[in-house]
Amino acid sequence: MAKARLSREELRKRRIKALVRTIVKYLVVIIVAIIPLIPIWSMVIWLIVQSFSEKVVLGIMPSGFTTSNWRFLWSPIRMGLKEYPNIWPITLNTLFLALGVTALEVLISSMAGYALSRMQFRGRTTLMEFIIALHAFPSVILLIALFILLNKMGLYGKGYMTLVGIIIIKAGLEIPMASWIIKGFFDAIPWDLEWAALVDGCSRWKAWRTVILPLVLPGIGAISIFAFLSGWSEFLLVFTYVKDEAYFTLPVLLYYMIGEFKFIDWGMLAAIGLFYTIPTLIFFSTSQKLLLRIYVGGIKR
Amino acid sequence: MVKVTLDNVSKYFGKVKAVIDLNLEIKDGEFVSLLGPSGCGKTTTLLMVAGIYKPTKGRILFDDVDVTDLPPKDRNIGMVFQSYALYPHMTVYENIAFPLKLKKVPKQEIDKKVKEIARLLRIDNLLNRKPAQLSGGQQQRVALGRALVKEPDVLLLDEPLSNLDAKLRVLMRAEIKRLQKELKITTIYVTHDQVEALSMSDRIAVMRAGRLQQYADPDTLYNKPANLFVAGFIGNPPMNFIEGEIVSKENDYYFISSSFELKLSKELGETLSSKTTKVILGIRPENIRVYTEKVENSIPATVYVIEPLGRDLIINAKVDDTILKILSTPGLKLEPMQKIYLVFDENKIHFFDKITEKAII
Repeated sequence: MAKARLSREELRKRRIKALVRTIVKYLVVIIVAIIPLIPIWSMVIWLIVQSFSEKVVLGIMPSGFTTSNWRFLWSPIRMGLKEYPNIWPITLNTLFLALGVTALEVLISSMAGYALSRMQFRGRTTLMEFIIALHAFPSVILLIALFILLNKMGLYGKGYMTLVGIIIIKAGLEIPMASWIIKGFFDAIPWDLEWAALVDGCSRWKAWRTVILPLVLPGIGAISIFAFLSGWSEFLLVFTYVKDEAYFTLPVLLYYMIGEFKFIDWGMLAAIGLFYTIPTLIFFSTSQKLLLRIYVGGIKR
Repeated sequence: MVKVTLDNVSKYFGKVKAVIDLNLEIKDGEFVSLLGPSGCGKTTTLLMVAGIYKPTKGRILFDDVDVTDLPPKDRNIGMVFQSYALYPHMTVYENIAFPLKLKKVPKQEIDKKVKEIARLLRIDNLLNRKPAQLSGGQQQRVALGRALVKEPDVLLLDEPLSNLDAKLRVLMRAEIKRLQKELKITTIYVTHDQVEALSMSDRIAVMRAGRLQQYADPDTLYNKPANLFVAGFIGNPPMNFIEGEIVSKENDYYFISSSFELKLSKELGETLSSKTTKVILGIRPENIRVYTEKVENSIPATVYVIEPLGRDLIINAKVDDTILKILSTPGLKLEPMQKIYLVFDENKIHFFDKITEKAII
């Protein structure tokens, strides 16, 4: 009897020990997970607070409440002597650029990815290695060459046509990697399915469209989000090739708001910054699952 | 309904020869199985008939029309894949309707036909489900329905039963055979399971390493295998093989192996020795009789392992170092290490040439 009671006490001790250990384990995990989020979230919160505050003391401390920082939504942006156009045409430009890049990239890489995944042709492996190597070049070193090309194609200094040129360049830079990503999705589809479609009476093109494409929809969703975001945040190309303010995009506008004058309206900058991140936030919050699947689908199974 | 002819068909993938000079004729309405171990080229053959692979050499004829260069969609075939290959983004109804939709059949007729085939396969209550919500057996029926709905000239089945559990497999075996006989569709069935092939087919083509070994009806295949491979592949437990020589002594003929002598009848001995002397003797497990006492022309052996299987009893008997499998009835009471005497049924003994591995008689 005594022995049994002893062991029961021992058992309770051990149980408590295990519980403490589990709690400590989770605490460590939570702390490690939260620490990196603190600076990011504090910055975002600071941005929100600042965009609604009247004055910023020393560029850090917000004070007072106003919506006047958001005036760019309904009136032209005045900075010192210079006046920038209303935010909406610029937003539209950015949207045009981002959607253009997305459309072109999805169209081409979904076909290229299929070809890389399914078709046997000479130099296929070399091509795929080359695609990875292509990614090692930053677009900065291509700026001059691209400028010459744009100029020769008559797309430089032509307003919207310049943006079209930038869409082509941007899509061109992104397509290799997007094709590579979507190739992984095509790889995951068994040959049997495609063969079944062929036997059922499809041509190869029709099989691709009616059977294969619907199955890589998550992949297409993922690359289109990436394409949209990369177009939305494109700075360098627009900054270099677009000189007319009417065709600026949001990142470039933001840059000029910081860069042009010593006088900086921090409140408005914060507001525009927030405005600029809205689509990104929407995309990320609605498509987290798709983004995660990029890395799952990208693996050849 | 057509007759399918494979005329000297070969398929190479680079250096790998998947199918070599295959000649096969499948009669109108016939059920033919392609049987062989994995990697023997049977699925490749099927895919060539389907038009997915193009033969490296040779021609494929449907009736008398050369379809070698026709794409799959112009061949009017139905096919069931091993993985079923149902379209996961479509419902069962849409899956079955898909081939008809591609044929531009009017909507009402599609509806009628899909429902008809669904009733035939007893899946009419599943039409609104997605393939992922179905069990293996149901998926298999849907795949079969999709293959049959367009009333194909040729039905191709690629190991359709291999993903089903044992009980369902036996059930579907009969079901598929019934359907085939009812619809009278020329059918090619690929399998590595000899029981499936034997039980369902009108004729079986046994393949190995890309070559046709024998093409015959199940009965012939079992009782008159053309070579050592077919003999060993068909039948379970497999045929026993013993190497030896044919020797004539004082007007009598003997089969002499390293461990025993077997007296042969005169006609048999004469025919054998006129062809070759080095042979391999083959005897099926059910054609060996077991005696506990010595009888004439018997082979002494010891019981090695006994495997009771309920209805049957498999005795593993050791003759020197060779183990022979014997199919017997459970009535026999034997102990391991017990001395027994084996008698081969001479009419059922097969002899194969040791070098060419072909059957001698």
